[in-house]
Amino acid sequence: MQIIFESRNETLIIKLFGELDHHSSDYIRDKIDDEIDKKNFKKIVFDMGNLYFMDSSGIGVIIGRYKQITSKGGKLAIANLNPQIKRIYEICGLRKIIPNYATSEIAIERL
Amino acid sequence: MKIDNEMKLEFLSKSENESFARSVVAAFVAQLDPTIEEISEIKTSVSEAVTNSIIHGYEYKEGYIVINCRLIGRLVEVEVEDRGKGIEDIEQARQPLYTSKPELERSGMGFTVMETFMDEIMIISNKNNGTKILMRKIISN
Repeated sequence: MQIIFESRNETLIIKLFGELDHHSSDYIRDKIDDEIDKKNFKKIVFDMGNLYFMDSSGIGVIIGRYKQITSKGGKLAIANLNPQIKRIYEICGLRKIIPNYATSEIAIERL
Repeated sequence: MKIDNEMKLEFLSKSENESFARSVVAAFVAQLDPTIEEISEIKTSVSEAVTNSIIHGYEYKEGYIVINCRLIGRLVEVEVEDRGKGIEDIEQARQPLYTSKPELERSGMGFTVMETFMDEIMIISNKNNGTKILMRKIISN
């Protein structure tokens, strides 16, 4: 799993590459939290465009970041979901909590 | 019913092996020419079961996880088994959103995902006696 951070409009864009499972969730959790703390981001977008696999562990790490950022009054969205990732997102009930957008540009605008 | 093909894989309960285990089962099932969606559903279900063995079955210790996969006509049977601590209350474990490890940021949706993606799942488990997850899925023609 590769992770690349970008920032635009005070939003942290987290680009994930590869597979998001329990193993890679553990790997990215601290990296993401450190990046958020560095510049005190209040808006986060997960760009899932290069993710080709995700299971419920990925949902867990995203919900964890969502809880953290919203407890500080921030917002989180995900973008660029392929059909497999979208199914997991829906099965796990995330649609009701975390908005998803076709692209990260749209997500940044709407946040 | 006659088993057309069968494989057995045994590996250490390290999270590094989650991806490998998914790939092995997917590669084996490929001979039935499944759709992309069907492969994805099986891979995700295997991933959930293996992750459960690592996090819950073996907790902070290491043990072996055994995956058995059988092909019977268009039916795929996958068993994921560990010799870990077992599940005390299976019905509780199956409940969506329930997790015994909220501190690990677990979504509690592992069994729900398996139940949604596979046609049938059976959980055989006893306290301190390991856990076996048996999953079945019929691959379309």
